Amino acid sequence: MSTFEFLLQGLGTAMQPMILMYALIGVTLGTAVGVLPGIGPALTVALLLPATYGLDPAGSLIMFAGIYYGGMYGGSTTSILLNTPGESASIVTALEGNRMARAGRGGPALATAAIGSFVAGLLATLALAFLAPQIVKLALVFGPREYFALMLLAFVTVSAAFGESTLKGITSLFIGLGLAVVGIDGLTGQARMSFGVPQLLDGVEVTTLAVAMFALGEALFVSAQGGGGDDRVQDIRGSVRMTKADWKRSWPAWLRGSAIGFPIGAMPAGGADIASFLSYGTEKRMSKYPEEFGHGAIEGVAGPEAANNAAAAGTLVPLLTLGLPTTATAAIMLAGFQQFGLQPGPLLFATAPELVWGLIASLLIANVMLLVLNLPLIRFWVLLLRIPRPWLYAGILMFATLGTIGVNPSSVELTMLALFGFLGYGMRLFGYPIAPVVVGMILGPMAEAQLRRALAIAQGDWTTLVSTPLSAILIGIAALALIVPMILRLRGRGAVLAQIAGDED
Amino acid sequence: MTGKTGTGRRPDGAAFIIAGLLAVFGAILLWDAARIPETGGYAGIGPAAMPRLVGLVLIVLAGLTALGGFRGRLADVPRQNPVALLWIGGGLAAQIALLHVVGFSVATGLLFAATAAAFGKRNLALTLPVGIVLAFFIYGIFDRLLQLNLPGGVLETLIWGG
Repeated sequence: MSTFEFLLQGLGTAMQPMILMYALIGVTLGTAVGVLPGIGPALTVALLLPATYGLDPAGSLIMFAGIYYGGMYGGSTTSILLNTPGESASIVTALEGNRMARAGRGGPALATAAIGSFVAGLLATLALAFLAPQIVKLALVFGPREYFALMLLAFVTVSAAFGESTLKGITSLFIGLGLAVVGIDGLTGQARMSFGVPQLLDGVEVTTLAVAMFALGEALFVSAQGGGGDDRVQDIRGSVRMTKADWKRSWPAWLRGSAIGFPIGAMPAGGADIASFLSYGTEKRMSKYPEEFGHGAIEGVAGPEAANNAAAAGTLVPLLTLGLPTTATAAIMLAGFQQFGLQPGPLLFATAPELVWGLIASLLIANVMLLVLNLPLIRFWVLLLRIPRPWLYAGILMFATLGTIGVNPSSVELTMLALFGFLGYGMRLFGYPIAPVVVGMILGPMAEAQLRRALAIAQGDWTTLVSTPLSAILIGIAALALIVPMILRLRGRGAVLAQIAGDED
Repeated sequence: MTGKTGTGRRPDGAAFIIAGLLAVFGAILLWDAARIPETGGYAGIGPAAMPRLVGLVLIVLAGLTALGGFRGRLADVPRQNPVALLWIGGGLAAQIALLHVVGFSVATGLLFAATAAAFGKRNLALTLPVGIVLAFFIYGIFDRLLQLNLPGGVLETLIWGG
């Protein structure tokens, strides 16, 4: 069957009334939680994972995908109307979008973000549908060494290639890898780092870690700053309609944003934030109105928002076809698959095509739903932004602990949740990134297993790791992605050495 | 360890504490790996290899962090409010201790009220009942409708039935 037929079949699955309802619940929940200030897509997905536990795999995953897309939409609303974006990928949106909102053009900013997200989501999901089968074919020739090389590359891009400090990124990654060791070794059954505590034999739950680090860590951090309630929600004055000039300036930006975002998401090359930064730079360079940038240029909202959503769909390519999560959100989604004993990867396309294609088709439908939910109902979502902080964070903590209690109501698990929460707070305080911990935690055991398999096949010969062109190239790129940014930072430091005294590393 | 507004390149105390914690984590990994029998098999490396590698790297990272601490500040840390942290930490501890004694709703209501207090809403006579009622509804939705197994107490059994 061709991709097209598979997609039609998937649409058939996705159009079933129950499935449509799951998708609708998913996008609604995702938008509602994503709009809340301080909550990004990773946390949205982690917080809402328990809501899907009771459903069947298809319904649950489709609801989950809706939550993911909804969280991305909701985040952009927050960053336009409030100057503290909930997700790093929206920081650029906040740059121009918040300026527009202050100038009384909040409506068109929200509209170009929503329609741009829709256009990008549509294009990128179609690209996902047509690219996935090709990657699956390619993945069939992948052996353990190729998988290991890919994971190595994902480790480097998520931790060291971007961000303010290589040292801090790598430290975060290795904290995650260390936590991943806890539990029973998948290949030999050897207990590691469990110290005779039976609950530790199961290892650390990815959702516990993610919820603790993102939700608890964030709540602790915000509370310890003494509230800091000086950020004001901008009102939407006037119509949300875009003028003809707005449309004319937005269209090319949406398309460019999609073209930039999707490949970046699809390659293990970092997440949506990089895509939106690149898109912002591109728009600034190509715009006919460069003087407006920094004062509310509509291209500066349209491009990055499209790039952000296209990258979100792009990350589903390695996740679905290779089982390889490249962002924290994707890592939590992988945990969502694993709760049903499903392992995304080439095999899933063969064993459960109706599930995979139903999921991809649902993404298309979720995208349409989100456009409807976000344009006419935007004033309703904005109300959520006005929840006073004490109630908001009290509610977040309630849901954060609910997830852990629902899966495993043991005091050991809850104590881990609390401890990781304080770890997340400390890391935030000193500028250590959180995402590498979560990705290291879930990819660590997978990478270890692939490495040991590869070595077992080669009878302990380490040169096997670079013995095929593909794995050698991948490891080479990983090494470059580690070394080049270090050199760049060293160079940059040379130039701005005078400023360094007050600046962080 | 926090709240100091140091300027310039003085040694940073926080960096040494972080380095110490990283080194301890690394050492625990190495110590645990040392007790694992080395059964490399065909691969030549067994279950002890990964913790050994991660432990060693963590100790190296601890060294680099400490070196960085001599050179200057790790990060500009604004003054923190420890009372808020104590409220949330206390709320979490209360929930863990009481969850199986008084049930989900009351224990989680306590956490709710403590968190609200951390963010400045200290009126427990208001926040505690709101929290308990909210948690009670969540219990109803998740335990009864979505088949999640939440620990119930007297309150839950009385109203939703056993």
